[in-house]
Amino acid sequence: MIAAAPPQLSHLRALESEAIHVMREVAAEFEAPVLLFSGGKDSIVLLRLAEKAFRPAPFPFPLMHVDTGHNFPEVIEFRDRLVAELGERLIVASVQESIDSGRVTEETGPRASRNQLQTVTLLDAISEHSFDAAFGGARRDEERARAKERVFSFRNDFGQWDPKKQRPELWNLYNGHISKGEHVRVFPLSNWTELDVWEYIHQEQLEVPTIYFAHERQVFARDGMLYAWREGTELIDGETVFSETVRYRTVGDMSCTGGVCSQAVTLQEVVAEIATTRVTERGETRADDRVTEAAMEDRKKAGYF
Amino acid sequence: MTLDLLRISTSGSVEDGKSTLIGRLLYDSKSILQDQLDHVAQASLRRGGEGALDLALLTDGLRAEREQGITIDVAYRYFATPRRRFIIADCPGHQQYTRNMVTGASTADLAVVLIDARHGVIEQSKRHAFISALLGIPKLVVAVNKMDLVEHSQARFEEIAQEFERFAPILRRDGQRAGQHHEIIYIPMSALNGDNVVDRSTTMDWYQGPSLLELLEQVEVAYDHPYEKPARFPVQWVIRPSAGERAGEYRGYAGQLASGALRQGDEVTILPGGERTRILAIDSFDGELDEAVAPMSIAIRLQDQLDISRGELISHCEQEPVVARELDADVCWMAQKPLRLGARYVVKHTTRSATAVVDAIDDLLNVHTLERDAPASQLSLNDIGRVRLRTSTPLVLDPYKTNRRTGSFILIDEASNETVGAGMIKAAGA
Repeated sequence: MIAAAPPQLSHLRALESEAIHVMREVAAEFEAPVLLFSGGKDSIVLLRLAEKAFRPAPFPFPLMHVDTGHNFPEVIEFRDRLVAELGERLIVASVQESIDSGRVTEETGPRASRNQLQTVTLLDAISEHSFDAAFGGARRDEERARAKERVFSFRNDFGQWDPKKQRPELWNLYNGHISKGEHVRVFPLSNWTELDVWEYIHQEQLEVPTIYFAHERQVFARDGMLYAWREGTELIDGETVFSETVRYRTVGDMSCTGGVCSQAVTLQEVVAEIATTRVTERGETRADDRVTEAAMEDRKKAGYF
Repeated sequence: MTLDLLRISTSGSVEDGKSTLIGRLLYDSKSILQDQLDHVAQASLRRGGEGALDLALLTDGLRAEREQGITIDVAYRYFATPRRRFIIADCPGHQQYTRNMVTGASTADLAVVLIDARHGVIEQSKRHAFISALLGIPKLVVAVNKMDLVEHSQARFEEIAQEFERFAPILRRDGQRAGQHHEIIYIPMSALNGDNVVDRSTTMDWYQGPSLLELLEQVEVAYDHPYEKPARFPVQWVIRPSAGERAGEYRGYAGQLASGALRQGDEVTILPGGERTRILAIDSFDGELDEAVAPMSIAIRLQDQLDISRGELISHCEQEPVVARELDADVCWMAQKPLRLGARYVVKHTTRSATAVVDAIDDLLNVHTLERDAPASQLSLNDIGRVRLRTSTPLVLDPYKTNRRTGSFILIDEASNETVGAGMIKAAGA
């Protein structure tokens, strides 16, 4: 037995309860939900919240990873282990297969990234499995287009977001009504900040991939960021590979996710580092957001995560 | 670290300096990070600023908003001080985006209404204050901005405060918590220069009150104390494992406690049916609980085998909510296609959905005078009116003024699937 709860919940408990409520609403109102799992910190939190929402029963939805083929190997290993421990079903949607089947064309050159291509793979998979709701770990504090997005974010039959025509969303009453072919992206962590996520991971003692902790790695510097070097990476003139102690603040494609210099090797040290950082996680580590003033808004309109 | 969470809604138009105010709040509380600042600096230059940071560029996140220089939809901003965590719902001020403003205001604990000191209390400021009161936001801050443009005049500030006070009785008339908590606080400020936003002003020494941030940090949040409210637990989802060690044996009623507190062993009623039983156990992923308080998400096991499903509500046997198929509500209409007498909609109330028919429109709020005018035959986009609804199945409800969660509903158009109305229940119908 746990001692009586205090009459006022901590902010983490309040955020947790709100997210569990959102997940149960989706389970109750949709035919075929799916949870998008990347192996990153936000989707790890989503899995814990799903356990809190649905145990002792299995999750009422499968998990799905959109695999670019350029993931950190540590993350894939972690993903498979966690899914096995949970005993849940994982679907892997492969960007490589989208390329092989001619659905998308691979970018070339040293700055080539599969980031944009993921959108096609994701939408194809949603359509193939007839998913009508997809949980994502996106947060409003990440980026200013995301700051505008609803918890239940409606997508038309092309998978597109129309920021000027969002449904009003009042109290905790979510509208899950859609027509065939449309779907809803659901963001239970909408009101969480990066610091909340790390504090929660610390509070719940969740395991995360090792790349979130400081480690030594072969890197090269480009556009003010440190990218992981691996076999086959094309360098631009003047770039050199060197060894550095880094950790990752976000887990994305190796081709567009930068590491940060850090000595944080425990969850507590990571929390302390995030609490005092002066740069946002996407600004520090994601090349994909640096293209234009509205890079995220444009990608979201096209159906991105 | 246990910090409480204050949800704030801000409203006002760009001309009132609302985005600048939020930008200032984030900037002076050091909640803006370096790359965001660089971004604003670059964009300010591109837009022809003369080196000064255009802080409004921090909050207007959509391309169309930056192009037009207006706020179209709610933006959510997050910041923390050592004393508190804050969520700001930054709402548009233009009348055509009222529905987005209602979205932002629906979850707020405190509303900040901005007034341009040069223009005084205009129609839009009144509408903002009115909607905040209608949505039951217990505390209202009237931020009299641009004091630098009226020579920091105390007389002007007091004139505006008096003007606003003359209109306050209407807020009390329609305020959902009339007389109970409703409180209006006036602060003179200049968001552009940072006077009284985070730091106290040195140019307005006649003002002895707190800066906005000081107020936000200290204001008592009107939490509905769980021990003072009747318990309301709408069943959201039934947990029944089909496999594993507890298959066929476990049955937990899952949901979020909307108000009050429940303890193991409590005698409860299941509504609308009225069956009675006791709470056998309260489960969470982290173990069994003696007691749960709002707004925790939990699962409840009951002593008796009853057939309970989503949409039913568990309450204590005393202080039961009302079960009704007819209700009176203030409805804020949010669709181009008007609400009409006799029309049918899906009503979503707590975790229950039903069909609702519009039996009457009793009055229509005049957004210019804020008086309630004679019965209308329809509600148009952004209208607010008193509506009588009849539902296909009974709803288990409380008046909005006593319970925001069991007193609110949305209306959905079955043809377009759009959310077309937001309702606040006044009373169950006769």
